[in-house]
Order: sequence, then C-alpha cells, then structure tokens
Amino acid sequence: MITLTVNGRKKKFAGAPFTRLIDALREEFRLTGTKEGCGEGECGACTVLLDGEPVNSCLIPACSADGRRIETVESLGTPEKLSRLQESFLVCGGAQCGICTPGMLMSAHSHLKAGGKTDDESVRTALAGNLCRCTGYQDIVKSVIGAAKKGAKRK
Amino acid sequence: MRGDPRSMTVLSPRSAAEAVRSLAENAGALPLAGGTDLMVVWNLGLLNGKVVVDLSRVGEWKKISVAKNAVRIGSLVTHSEIQRHAVIRARFPLLVQACSVVGAAQIQNRGTLGGNIANASPAGDTFPPLAVYEAVVHCVGPDGKRVLPIDMFFAGVKKTNLKPGELIEAIELPVPATAPSRAAFRKVGTRAAQSISKTMFAGLLWLKKDGTVADARLSFGSLAPTVKRLRSAERLLAGRRLDAATAAAAAAVLTDDVSPIDDIRSTRDYRLEVSRNLLVQFLEGRKR
Repeated sequence: MITLTVNGRKKKFAGAPFTRLIDALREEFRLTGTKEGCGEGECGACTVLLDGEPVNSCLIPACSADGRRIETVESLGTPEKLSRLQESFLVCGGAQCGICTPGMLMSAHSHLKAGGKTDDESVRTALAGNLCRCTGYQDIVKSVIGAAKKGAKRK
Repeated sequence: MRGDPRSMTVLSPRSAAEAVRSLAENAGALPLAGGTDLMVVWNLGLLNGKVVVDLSRVGEWKKISVAKNAVRIGSLVTHSEIQRHAVIRARFPLLVQACSVVGAAQIQNRGTLGGNIANASPAGDTFPPLAVYEAVVHCVGPDGKRVLPIDMFFAGVKKTNLKPGELIEAIELPVPATAPSRAAFRKVGTRAAQSISKTMFAGLLWLKKDGTVADARLSFGSLAPTVKRLRSAERLLAGRRLDAATAAAAAAVLTDDVSPIDDIRSTRDYRLEVSRNLLVQFLEGRKR
C-alpha cells in the first residue's frame, strides 16, 4: 500500500503502484485542479510540489512518491479566500484559458516560498518549465512579481 | 495506446544490493531513477507489461561524497542537488552549468546524473562537462563492481557499455591537479529552457606562464552518436601560443573527431558553423 501526504493529509493509495501521480491525484483523490497538458514533461501544466519542489506529476509513478509530501493547487487558497498569488493572477490577468494556471501557480508559489529573487529574469527562469499556449507570459510574470511586492509590503 | 499501470510489475528494493539482485533475477527489467526519460516512453504505451525496478529507496546512491582528490556523485543525485552543492560548484562549475540547463526546474528536481548517462542521448547536457573532467563511472552488477572511464561508457545512440544486470552506483570526478586557466560550457538550442541542444561545448584550458598551452580538454555533444573529446584539436594546441591562427587551425580539425548529421533539430552545416565559432570564441578568450 502506498501512503502519500497530500496537502497536509495522509492518504492511502490502493491502486496499481505504477499509476501516475497525476492520475492518483485526479481520479483517486478527486483533486482535479492539477491538469494534464502534454503528458511528456514539456509543458508543466501538471506541476505539483513533491517534498516542496516543483515536479511534473505526469512523469512520476505513485510508487516513487511513496511516503512523500505532495502539494497541489488546492493547497493554495479557496474560491472564497484566494492566496495572495492567486489574487494577483486574477488582478493582473495572469490566467486566460486556465489550463496552464495550476502549474504556473505551483511553480511560482514554490519559487516565492523558497525566497527566490523576484526580478523579471529570475521569475522567468523559475517558470521556464511551464508553457502557456495563450502566450500570456507578460501578465503571468507581472502576476508573480505583483504578489511578491504585495507580500513584501505586508511584512 | 497509453501506459497501463495494471500491466506493470514494480519491484522496490531498499538497498543497493537488493537492487542488483532484483535486476539480476528479472532479465529485461527496467531500472527507474528520476523517470524523466522512462515515463515519457511509458506514457506513450511502449513499455506496457514490463518489470520496473524502482530505485527511489536506494539511499546509498543518493549521496555526494567529497575526498581530497575527487568528488563522488551517487547515481541517484538529481541535477538540482548538484547545482546546490558547494564543493561541486567550486571545483566542477561546468557540470553545475550543464545541470542548470537540463529541461527546467521540474526536470532538474527529478532527473538524476546516473539516469542521464544511462539514457545515453547524443544530446545529454551533462556529458561534455563529464568528458572534460574525465569522469569515471562506477558500475555494479551480478559479477561485481567495475569502473568505466566516461569515454568508454557510451556505445552509441541510446546505448551504453553497461552489461545486462549492471547498474550505475556513482560518477566520480577527479579534481584537476591544478585549476584550469580557462573553463567554459555552452549549450545552443532553440530556446534557453526545455530544448534539446543543437550543439554543446565544454572546454578546459591550462596555460603556461609564457602564454602557451600546457593542456587543453575540449568536448562537444550533439555532434556525433556519443559525446566526443576533440583529440585532434587538443594535440594541435599543446605548446602553441593562443592567437587567431591557432584558434582557426583548431577549428579546422573539428571534423577529425565529430560527425554531425541533419535531423529534426538542426543541420550538419549549421552545427559545424556554430561549433567552430564556439571553439574559436573559447580559444581566443572572448566572452559571448
């Protein structure tokens, strides 16, 4: 039996051990915020955090994540109370069709949480593994920098 | 067809010895490290029904150990961990640079150095640095341990000289006796992140006090079925003064050692032109 800590809660996964993490999250745990784009590690739509680091959940079989900590987009905020980063995406127009958004949010969240630099180039490097086919990159980067500035102000 | 998880048998060894045994007892089983290559193929449905030896619990191979004359990087160390390691950053900066351009963060967090070389892509980003640092690969299999120099490790496109049942324990980098006078790594691809390279260069250069070349180690990736050292250019450079004529002469013998092809990523002509420019730029000591 595989045990995963998903968004702070210990969960047992009884499916086939080679089930991809994205499928375990979406189909078994009904956490459908995580999206599948390319299914080959190019687009980053399926990005979740594994022990705090961004990874492509389409490239990880559940057996390799056994005993580890996973955070999905559902861990950030709720529709009633968005996280600062989510709020900033809303305000800055960082989400268009929405497919890349959960992955963008998780990569950006991990970058900011780790104390990553918030200049344009550093944010772009942190998001380099996430593709937006609406090509809304300018506003996505603006959203991340905006959230970081707001965070700094509140401190 | 997609990958079918129910068709797969997963073995989860808890130690190196158990991993070797699992692989020996299951001919044709697939070792799984970070999965960034294997899972792409599996997702396409091309590996259904196979036995997988999941190495994620083999702690012995996740360590980096530093000795006076060498750094030993466990095969399961990720590209991200290499970038964060202070000693590797100080002594093997070209490897660190290469690890920072593998895919993007998501791939660097999962992909391992052992997995990268085991996959043996002609375009493996870490290979030119491993070639100029003269890395050695520590292998272990049912018949015991074996050490392969990096230039004996690769056998062709996606082929290695690992024997059936052999796994990679670690990659060892000997610290050069003296620090190089000059070092550079360059990757040329369609974009900075996620792209597979058209050409890739790593170079180390030692100069004497009089400005002549004491030693040069030069390597290109993506220009042949496997990574190549430029033995011909290296020989030519030894003892010479570095000027425009020397650099041009070294670039002129590039094709003694490499044989680029036309493929979906680039053409032979483009690869050669850019590669010669990278080499000349390095030898003339120009920044990009």
